[in-house]
Amino acid sequence: MTSSALEFHRIFKKFRRGEGYDSLRDLLPGIFKKAFEYSGGVGLKEKEFWALRDVSFQVGRGEALGIVGPNGSGKSTALKILSGILKPTSGTMRVNGRISALIEVGAGFHPDLTGRENIYLNGAILGMSKWEIQKKLDAIIDFSGIPDFIDTPVKRYSSGMYARLGFSIAAHVEPEILLVDEVLSVGDFTFQGRCIQKMQEILKNGTTVIFVSHNMESVLSLCDRAILLVNGQVTKEGEPGEVIAEYCRVGGIWVPPLSDRKKAVIKEVTFEGVDSFGKALSPGTHLKCTIAIDCLEDCRISPGLFITQFGSFVFDTTYGRMMGKPLPLSAGENVELSWSIDLNLPNGSYDLGVHLEDADTGLYHEHNFRTVHLLVADDFRYEGKYVLNPTIELSDRHQPKNVPLNQSNT
Amino acid sequence: MFREMIQYRNLLWMLIVRDIKIRYKQTVMGFLWAIFMPMLIVFAGLIIKKGFSIVSGKPLDLAELTSVSIKSLPYSFFIASIRFATNSLVGNANLVTKIYFPREVFPVAAVLANLFDFLIASFVLLIILAIAGFHVDYHVIWVPFLVFSLILFTIASGMLLSCANLFFRDVKYIVEVLVTFAIFFTPVFYDASLFGKWAPILLLNPVGAILENINNVVILRQPPDMFWLYYSTLWSLGGLIISWSIFHKLEYLFAENI
Repeated sequence: MTSSALEFHRIFKKFRRGEGYDSLRDLLPGIFKKAFEYSGGVGLKEKEFWALRDVSFQVGRGEALGIVGPNGSGKSTALKILSGILKPTSGTMRVNGRISALIEVGAGFHPDLTGRENIYLNGAILGMSKWEIQKKLDAIIDFSGIPDFIDTPVKRYSSGMYARLGFSIAAHVEPEILLVDEVLSVGDFTFQGRCIQKMQEILKNGTTVIFVSHNMESVLSLCDRAILLVNGQVTKEGEPGEVIAEYCRVGGIWVPPLSDRKKAVIKEVTFEGVDSFGKALSPGTHLKCTIAIDCLEDCRISPGLFITQFGSFVFDTTYGRMMGKPLPLSAGENVELSWSIDLNLPNGSYDLGVHLEDADTGLYHEHNFRTVHLLVADDFRYEGKYVLNPTIELSDRHQPKNVPLNQSNT
Repeated sequence: MFREMIQYRNLLWMLIVRDIKIRYKQTVMGFLWAIFMPMLIVFAGLIIKKGFSIVSGKPLDLAELTSVSIKSLPYSFFIASIRFATNSLVGNANLVTKIYFPREVFPVAAVLANLFDFLIASFVLLIILAIAGFHVDYHVIWVPFLVFSLILFTIASGMLLSCANLFFRDVKYIVEVLVTFAIFFTPVFYDASLFGKWAPILLLNPVGAILENINNVVILRQPPDMFWLYYSTLWSLGGLIISWSIFHKLEYLFAENI
């Protein structure tokens, strides 16, 4: 990271909602209207909105930056500004190196041309020279996995074949900076695997990559760093795992309904069995979690403990479920409640949270998604989605009997 | 912007090839279309000439027929290119909004793809005229220059119109109307001299001036009219510079407004 390949400095981009004037017929009335309400500058007029607001980031040479965020948060706009398709309303950017953008695979395909002809055309559109394309033609056809149909017009292709060929061309461009917008989720399962592999290869060759995706796993596995865009603003920047966890939280996968009147509060949460949450825990670690609850008004509550990964629940339990009935509290009462759990989790990053649910209304007096961050270390002895606490036994050895297998039938 | 065009010459070439290929794919007549369309205009001109000669009672001479056919080809090139170029940006919207490269390649490729048709048709016409015993003298060396000037003017108009059509979609209907009636204002089926002292008004149309000069050097075997030569060349060069700079200035708005 000696020098930056890309720099985005305080970029703003304004768009307009609704329909613009796109015919001369509408233009004349439009001009008169404009003459009276023109305000100028970079401020917002009616119907306008910021697609990007004060976005700054840097990408070092050879680095992979992931951009995540909900739909319409400005990810594609940022890529289009980087590639030169759009011009920012204000702000400056710097690009050092040949840039190639994969905003959409197969964008330049012409349906009437054959696969081979489209390779030449699309290669040229992506900035390759004819000589370069000829050199890579075999590799492109080979990677796409559709050599039998390469001389068929692409209009006869299935959408999967179309996408395969498109990605295959794009993956062979070899730019210094590659902008990728959600193109890895094309083709079937095996092809997606090859796409990820190809991306890793591209990264290994020292290409700077900016990667926009909704596939959190690929962002996590490909990127060194990530930023979270929400409503055109960078709300989080840093390690992909952290940024993704933040995205899942703000992404509104599920918003807990909070109670207007707080009848009970969590005063303190303490843990036993773990020295520090900063370092990775080994699977199976025994954890004791104690919450101290202060009751403000009479109520029946059901405190809960849960673990999430990227916003989806891995584990969830409540007092009500464990005890079969809610916990009645009267005003001014304090109580401590402890859970003991074994962290039988495969390696990865998790969030542990606690909540206080009102048993009568179903609303939450408190709901904290991320009380602590859990990092579970890899256990070299097994892998997979679940930790099943395997044990292994080997019986006593017996000497082989002198009975050949093929004679056992007789 | 010239440097960019050179950098992307491969793309320009690929787009020209694409435009030519898709025009003749899945057609029964294939490349015959390149000859067929211009020839239709030539025949229309010949029929009109024949009609005139019947009405006026004057016999039809060969020079007049060759004149009509020689002028029809560049004219049909101009018309087809303008039609094609006007829609070139909007027709490639998926590329304009998705990938960056100089957008000039679209109107330029549209014009050059039509140039291919024009060259094929000219070649065929040349053979027909040679068989008919038509011959030219050294003045014909002006023809490449005149055709080049026409190409530049066509590119200039194409750029401006494609850009205008991107912002205002009704431009293509206006172009259709103009192109349909342009045959009346352009000396293709008739000579400008037919109008006597009003002839210069007709030649204000730079395409008309170029066609008349082609007529001068090929049919009449005389040097081109220098005044109208300068006039049309000025239009070509000036037009190209102006429309290219307008195009370049507005280019950054294309993706948002298409």
